[in-house]
Amino acid sequence: MTDDGPPPEGRSTGPQVEERVARITGIGTSLRRAVIVPALAVLTALLVGGVIIALTDLDTLSLWGDDPGEALRLTLGGISDAYKALFVGSLGSTRALTETLFAATPLILAGLAVAVGFQAGLFNIGVNGQMHIGGMAALWVGFSVTLPAVIHIPLAIVAAMIGGAIWGGIAGFLKARTGAHEVITTIMLNFIALFLVDFLLKTSVFQAPGRNDPLSQPVHPSSQFPTLGEYRLNIGFLIALAAVGFAWWLMYRSTIGFQFRTVGFNPDGGRYAGMNVAWVYVGVMAISGGLAGIAGTTQVLGLEPYRGISGFAGTIGFDAIALALLGRSHPVGVLFAGLLFGALRAGGREMQGAAGIPVDLVLVLQALVIVLIAAPELVRAIYRIKTPEEDTGPTISTGWGA
Amino acid sequence: MTSPPVTSEKTVQHRATPEQRRATVIGVLLVILGAFVFWVFGLGVESGITSVFNLSLPGERFQDLAWEVNSKWLAFFVAAILAFLGGFVLRRSHLRRTNLALAIGLGLLALAFLTWAAAGNSFSLVGMLRSTVVLSVAVTLGALCGLMCERVAVINIAIEGQLLTAAFVGTIMGSAWGVWAGLIGAMLTGAILGAVLAVLAIRFRVDQIIAGVVINIFALGLTSFLARRVLSEAQHLNSPGSFPSLKIPILGDIPVLGTMFFDHSLFVYATFILAIALHFGLFYTRWGLRSRSVGEHPKAADTVGINVYRTRYRNVILGGLIAGFGGAFLTLSQVSRFEENLTAGIGFIGLAAMIFGRWMPLGALGAGLVFGFARALQQKLGILGTPIPSEFLSMTPYIVTIIVVAGVVGRSRPPAADGKPYIKE
Amino acid sequence: MGVLLHVERGWLGGSSVRPTPPIRRAVELELKGITKQFAGVLANDDIDFRVAEGEIVALLGENGAGKTTLMNILYGLYTPTSGQVLIDGEPLELLSPADAIAAGIGMVHQHFMLVPVFTVAENIVLGDEPTKRLGWLDKRRARTTVREISSRYGLDVDPDSIIEDLPVGVQQRVEIIKVLEREARFVVFDEPTSVLTPAEVDKFFGVVRSLKNDGKGIIFISHKLGEALEIADRIVVMRRGKTVAEVVPDQVDEERLAELMVGRPVDLVVHKEEAQPAETVLSVENLVVLDDRQRRAVDGVSFEVRAGEILGIAGVQGNGQTELVQAVTGLRSALGGVVRLRGEDVTTASPRNIHKRDVAHVPEDRQRSGLVLQFTVTENVVLDSYYEAPISNGIQMDWDAARAQALRLVDEYDVRTPSVDELVSTLSGGNQQKVIVAREFDRDVVLVIASQPTRGIDVGSIEYIHSRIVEKRDQGSAVLIVSSELDEVMALSDRIIVLYQGRIAGEFDESATATEIGLAMLGGQGESEAS
Repeated sequence: MTDDGPPPEGRSTGPQVEERVARITGIGTSLRRAVIVPALAVLTALLVGGVIIALTDLDTLSLWGDDPGEALRLTLGGISDAYKALFVGSLGSTRALTETLFAATPLILAGLAVAVGFQAGLFNIGVNGQMHIGGMAALWVGFSVTLPAVIHIPLAIVAAMIGGAIWGGIAGFLKARTGAHEVITTIMLNFIALFLVDFLLKTSVFQAPGRNDPLSQPVHPSSQFPTLGEYRLNIGFLIALAAVGFAWWLMYRSTIGFQFRTVGFNPDGGRYAGMNVAWVYVGVMAISGGLAGIAGTTQVLGLEPYRGISGFAGTIGFDAIALALLGRSHPVGVLFAGLLFGALRAGGREMQGAAGIPVDLVLVLQALVIVLIAAPELVRAIYRIKTPEEDTGPTISTGWGA
Repeated sequence: MTSPPVTSEKTVQHRATPEQRRATVIGVLLVILGAFVFWVFGLGVESGITSVFNLSLPGERFQDLAWEVNSKWLAFFVAAILAFLGGFVLRRSHLRRTNLALAIGLGLLALAFLTWAAAGNSFSLVGMLRSTVVLSVAVTLGALCGLMCERVAVINIAIEGQLLTAAFVGTIMGSAWGVWAGLIGAMLTGAILGAVLAVLAIRFRVDQIIAGVVINIFALGLTSFLARRVLSEAQHLNSPGSFPSLKIPILGDIPVLGTMFFDHSLFVYATFILAIALHFGLFYTRWGLRSRSVGEHPKAADTVGINVYRTRYRNVILGGLIAGFGGAFLTLSQVSRFEENLTAGIGFIGLAAMIFGRWMPLGALGAGLVFGFARALQQKLGILGTPIPSEFLSMTPYIVTIIVVAGVVGRSRPPAADGKPYIKE
Repeated sequence: MGVLLHVERGWLGGSSVRPTPPIRRAVELELKGITKQFAGVLANDDIDFRVAEGEIVALLGENGAGKTTLMNILYGLYTPTSGQVLIDGEPLELLSPADAIAAGIGMVHQHFMLVPVFTVAENIVLGDEPTKRLGWLDKRRARTTVREISSRYGLDVDPDSIIEDLPVGVQQRVEIIKVLEREARFVVFDEPTSVLTPAEVDKFFGVVRSLKNDGKGIIFISHKLGEALEIADRIVVMRRGKTVAEVVPDQVDEERLAELMVGRPVDLVVHKEEAQPAETVLSVENLVVLDDRQRRAVDGVSFEVRAGEILGIAGVQGNGQTELVQAVTGLRSALGGVVRLRGEDVTTASPRNIHKRDVAHVPEDRQRSGLVLQFTVTENVVLDSYYEAPISNGIQMDWDAARAQALRLVDEYDVRTPSVDELVSTLSGGNQQKVIVAREFDRDVVLVIASQPTRGIDVGSIEYIHSRIVEKRDQGSAVLIVSSELDEVMALSDRIIVLYQGRIAGEFDESATATEIGLAMLGGQGESEAS
């Protein structure tokens, strides 16, 4: 123990009341911290995105020498067109709104998967692979049996959860038994899942008849997620909302959630307190993988053409990391972050279609958002905000935990 | 629960130590592999069939070198040795030799596998070994970059993003101003991303894994965005040409070895030289001693007047230069054009190679060669038309990586302060 | 030791330093008006302090009094909020340890600043390496330097040993050589005796005196009264960030010093009745335990603890105590031997199983394993009973019940905290330790295992925890105390065993003297009445 360790009694500066409330209820943290920094982070990311759009507009770039005024007009026009499309595509109409919610659905589920891991001190980068495996399980249930929808859909979801849980559980098991760091194993399992999906989609079980490429047969209509009228928005969104509630209860009210958080903060403390740390690792990764598996179902049962295709999980698993950080690993935070990213995605598609800006820009924006969230000091430095210094970004891993 | 019988009081039963347990696992594994080789590669091949390994490539000074072997008997031979090694390890009398036995066993397994795959056929062994060396370059450089960072306790999982971005910038600058400009641009790009990581990790104390993930997402997003928006319009910016092969006189004419090691572009030579130089630098110079002290016990380093932050910045940025060099290799030597996400996980495999190589430069080089071999195997087997689906061959490097980090090849200690920010009041 | 006293001073490097001219004025190191404010805590409050060459000044104070902070300022590790450091009247700018080293200030830290995987020589030359061309290390010259200094001061070390293989006493010698290699004129020793056996302390004091005679100014930081009285020319007492007294050893006794240090009269003795040992509760036979590096940290240890007695395990830290306790509490698997609890074999039982058998365990490192610092007091109070009624119904937590329990325990065990919803990290070390004791003692236990139960906490909390431990004994629990503070073990225990290199090096009853036990701590066979 260091000599001058903790402060003597009576002099300590306790956290503010709302933080204490937050600790007990698990709801929110100080409003300022929960909203201002993320809001500024998003704003900053959009500004930087604008600069990137301007710098990559080759036609206009060549114009700067001849006619700077016109070039400036065109540049600003380009940026405003792009962001206008982003807005119109996400919030501009009822259809756009449903598209936002639709896009948010897998993001919320996947974000919860990452957040549950974070709360237990595990960094699950493997959501992508777990979505793939879960999605394949759902797909198989989807086309191989015919049942009433009220049974078929839950059955497919359960299959997906099991698939995702197994794939996530592998990483948890490896960490528990051998100390292999989950960051590396989950990344590797992503690649393996990707190839496994390609392989499976070409086997006679999955492959659509008469095809050579990795494309599955379509699932039965009874397993397809019912949509809201003509829109793409479907019951997947309700499932995501239920998952938010479940995750909140799990982390802050349930007994195993207490174990998860204990081990997450202090594995030695957990071991001392009689918790089976190895089991916690497996359990957390399995639950996280299970949530990811549900996210995977939305990509095959909730989306045209209701088939499995190569790499159907896209980049959702990586967006989920940004999302979990943005939502500070709190289920409600993840919900709102998911809605924001859903809007970015829905808008991004419109942006690509209408303004010709590749949708990959959304990835760049997300990366910028995470940096600014993870380094709140950076935001404060840029905007010269004065807030207490106690706030640092989340910490999940130190070392490779040999 | 009752107390044990009193008679057993004197005999102290000893449970196995982890090392002994590991030896048991590996010993059993070797025996199983031996049986597998015997049944599948031995009995599974008709008698009298041979496998021909070509040991020279067309156009070499010594032509038509080849090794012809009876496929069945080689498998039996390998199976016997595997069984012997398994028995040796199971005796647990020489625990330190466990790894050696495992390495020999896996090497022979690869040989038996190749013989089986090439049964009744001929196979360019030297071509594959050459590919091994070429394919190891990016992995090794990635591992060296990671090692530079982790030796000063900064975890770098952004190697992937550094390679990708450097490859992209190298392509554009190489196309515009020639390969040397491309090389310099790529290295600077790697260094800049290294600097970003360093600032986030050291100045802002962002969780180092998050910082790395961010850089990876950013790199993937930005390069894909630019590839679609810029390269698709300006095709001429996506043909950078490549560095020529420099055959070393005399050494390059040695059969097998010459082709493997001495007939490559400068990247291959530089990688080998760099690994050796870093090894000596790290363990025999003042720079190395100070760097390692910062990674093991930063406060101790601080108390003797070593500037912890400066050391970390410097090494992380130097590591970035190395990753940038690796990125340049990808588009200025291996292939001559950029494609979206062309690294496809090489950076992460580099990270695994660093762990496999026990945070030592020469270890990283060796690990890089192992991964290079796995990938070369996967490529060449496609040609032989084995019954194994190509997807499974593609998975090999990733599975190997998991096996490596799971410590099947033995635990090693990372630098003690790895991943922990150093906080000065 | 005597040979050391006549040391030429020329090698110190300063050209102005001549071999002890009697009239030469001793250079003085002075800290003036030092104030250091941490977030919310005033660690140092306008402190003045000085030490001259050839003088030993003890800086005495309780844990948390601000001694280490003050010295870290002197060594350039912290920058003071206000105040300055002067040498010979000249203000110094100490922005980093490099500046302090250049000014001739050296420090032997409480937690050694040695790289565990480096050799002795590498550690000593680190930061000041002899090199050949291209920065190539000159390992031979490094070795020579080490040998030179070690023979000059009788600090025996092998330059090629790896630090982590060395006992702490030797590591301390390496730290001292490191300071001397840098030609320090003023040397700070931060709690240097806490890792030494009594005999080693005597030897260490010999070295300190030879340094003094060599003209070095020594600052000796300690919370041990007797040692300060023995070695110092002058004693400065700190309390709550302030200097409260400056005395000369001849003018005070231990009781007066203790009162100055704590701010009230202190009772230095633990009061307890004669033990009434009953049936055997814990028996350990031939236990063998490996440490993380697969060495036999515990190598064939056997002992028994009976109900109603306190067995103390003494020994310099790192002699297997940690692994022994971990093995008994199920946190580490034993390689061989048997552990029995009330006759039942629990050698392979899990920590949960041991807990359920009514064993209280106060772990060695409260922040690392005893508490979750990011949790509130409430959450920490239920840390090992969270899974059972009334806190949990097996699925869901009942936070109201947990809170009620926390409120009761905070009151019962005198934990000073604004509320039970406070993060435990904001509590002082003593109160953190009380949270653990409250959690562990709040039920009928048959066995109490307490490792370093009072390490690094204030005197008031020490007294309180000691009395609670004795109370448990009197209620009929068997108690096992592990401490590297010999005073603590002797004050509490009814019987004492000494661990040395994983084996029992002696067994003593209450009447044993510190000298006898100290000899066993060095591996010498103690007067063992049991064998």
